[in-house]
Amino acid sequence: MEAYLLASATFCLLSSFGHTLFKLGSGRVQPGIFNLVMMILAFGLLSTDLWMRGEVQRSCPINSLFDVLVFMSWSTILIYFVVGSAYRLSLLGAFTSPLVLGILLFAQITPINKDAHMRLFRDHWIELHAAVSIISYGAFALAGVAGLMYLLQNRQLKKRKGGTLLYNLPPITDLGIANARLIWLGLILLTVSFAAGFASGMQVNTLKFWTSAGIWTAYALMVLLRGIHTMAPKRTAILSVGVFIFILVTLPVIQHLSNPK
Amino acid sequence: MTILCAGINHHNAPIEVREKFAIGGNDLQESLAQLRAIDGLFGAVIVSTCNRVEFYAASVCPMRVMEGVRRFIDKRAGVTEAPFYTHDSHLSIRHLFRVASGLDSMVIGETEILGQIKQAYSAAFEFGATNVHLNKLFQNAFRVAKQVRSETQITRGSTSVGSVAVDLAGKIFGDLSGRKVMLLGAGDTSERVARSLVSRGVRTVIVANRTFDRAAALADEIGGLAVHFDHWHTAFDEVDILICSTAAPHPIVTREKLESIMQSHQERPLFIIDLAVPRDVHPSVNDLENVYLYDIDSLEKIARQSIEVRQGEVTRCEKMIDRHVRDFLLWMRNHPGSLR
Repeated sequence: MEAYLLASATFCLLSSFGHTLFKLGSGRVQPGIFNLVMMILAFGLLSTDLWMRGEVQRSCPINSLFDVLVFMSWSTILIYFVVGSAYRLSLLGAFTSPLVLGILLFAQITPINKDAHMRLFRDHWIELHAAVSIISYGAFALAGVAGLMYLLQNRQLKKRKGGTLLYNLPPITDLGIANARLIWLGLILLTVSFAAGFASGMQVNTLKFWTSAGIWTAYALMVLLRGIHTMAPKRTAILSVGVFIFILVTLPVIQHLSNPK
Repeated sequence: MTILCAGINHHNAPIEVREKFAIGGNDLQESLAQLRAIDGLFGAVIVSTCNRVEFYAASVCPMRVMEGVRRFIDKRAGVTEAPFYTHDSHLSIRHLFRVASGLDSMVIGETEILGQIKQAYSAAFEFGATNVHLNKLFQNAFRVAKQVRSETQITRGSTSVGSVAVDLAGKIFGDLSGRKVMLLGAGDTSERVARSLVSRGVRTVIVANRTFDRAAALADEIGGLAVHFDHWHTAFDEVDILICSTAAPHPIVTREKLESIMQSHQERPLFIIDLAVPRDVHPSVNDLENVYLYDIDSLEKIARQSIEVRQGEVTRCEKMIDRHVRDFLLWMRNHPGSLR
């Protein structure tokens, strides 16, 4: 059943992405209701899948890399609904759906263990730590998306050639603000997650600790330097994309090191 | 029932001729009353804009009504033979759908005409000058225009240097309210761009011109501030949009000069519109982070691009319109009876 739910959610995101590509091809990129409906459907299907997995595992379903990837897809859409609607940035959904689609496809296609993992012991602090940190990754994912959109719009404006993308992407100032605020949100969530981790008193692998600390420091520096106007929005955008790619690349390692031995 | 259209527009008559036929708001009711008095006419709508004067009528005896409309037009303008085009049902319906969609406008795809047709229709409706067929026709025209605008790129981009500049300002800053503009040189185009920006909510306009009196006069007109030309950079701190149009033979805004100014600009972007030839702003300024420089060529290129895109969409729009014309004619065949 869970496999069908995930496949259906993937199909919804694929339809949304395909629809965007079709619109781009015909030169008509407008934020449409179709993309929103597909995202809502995908979110509903993922929520059901996670709920069913949670019932089986008797805990928040983030006990394997597969679980984490599905949870991260869900949290990215969640942040999109919560934050994206507040900023009303056109095309944010169109850019978010391929990212979530990519994560979901990776989770389903790659030969990683998809079986339900039961935790040997339950600790609410550890569960809070893991869940909130993945939700913070959702915020960072969306910050990366806003950053990418910023860079694209900056390129369009610098090229001085007009074009469909220029007219359909949101104003560059709004993208810069959204990028910075999403980093803020992600950083707050990640800090809460770290606090929960410390409260649990769990033992942390050195590599995991330093990787996580590095990610936190990178985002904290972005927030700090933007706050004192030392870092330009373009650099923040580049860094937010770069650090999120780093998160994606290191996620399997971190997850492996997080599994109770 | 037949839908008739008689009119004059920018395609077939110059402004000197069109202005004779224009029907202002004060004359509208009287004109509608005169048209309604024509024997055999069951409904009329008058569309009178700067580019066209058109009469739409519903009738069961088209020849007689068309004669009456002609007499009304000739009498109004005081001419013997007005250069009016006339259309029967099929062409009238198609014409109205094309006009409402902006395909018949001087600037293809402009959207102002739809508002003007809506006004003309509601004035006729409120006066009781329309009948069922005209009501249905105009409602359909509004729907067709909406569909054409949303499903094609007929309204894409801006088609003049000024509106391209204002659009780009929107793409950089989003909301323009509270933004600060500086005019370096007080040319006509820069003045027009500044006025458009003010109408979009720009807060302050600073004018710097070699002739201070001209700067002061312009600043006074648009509610801005005048500064001496030699001191323009001292007033530059919070400027978001710089419009240059001086007659200087060499660039007066260089990368070196702007680099130091931009340090105090923090992370706010700077949009520079260089309308001068020779250019007032050195092209290397565009390489600065957060600075977006557009000269007259790049603005004209974007405007031309929009016109080309719009022209490329015309065939698609026409097909869409033809489909709706067929549907409306079918509806008319199925509803021949109700006259009012």
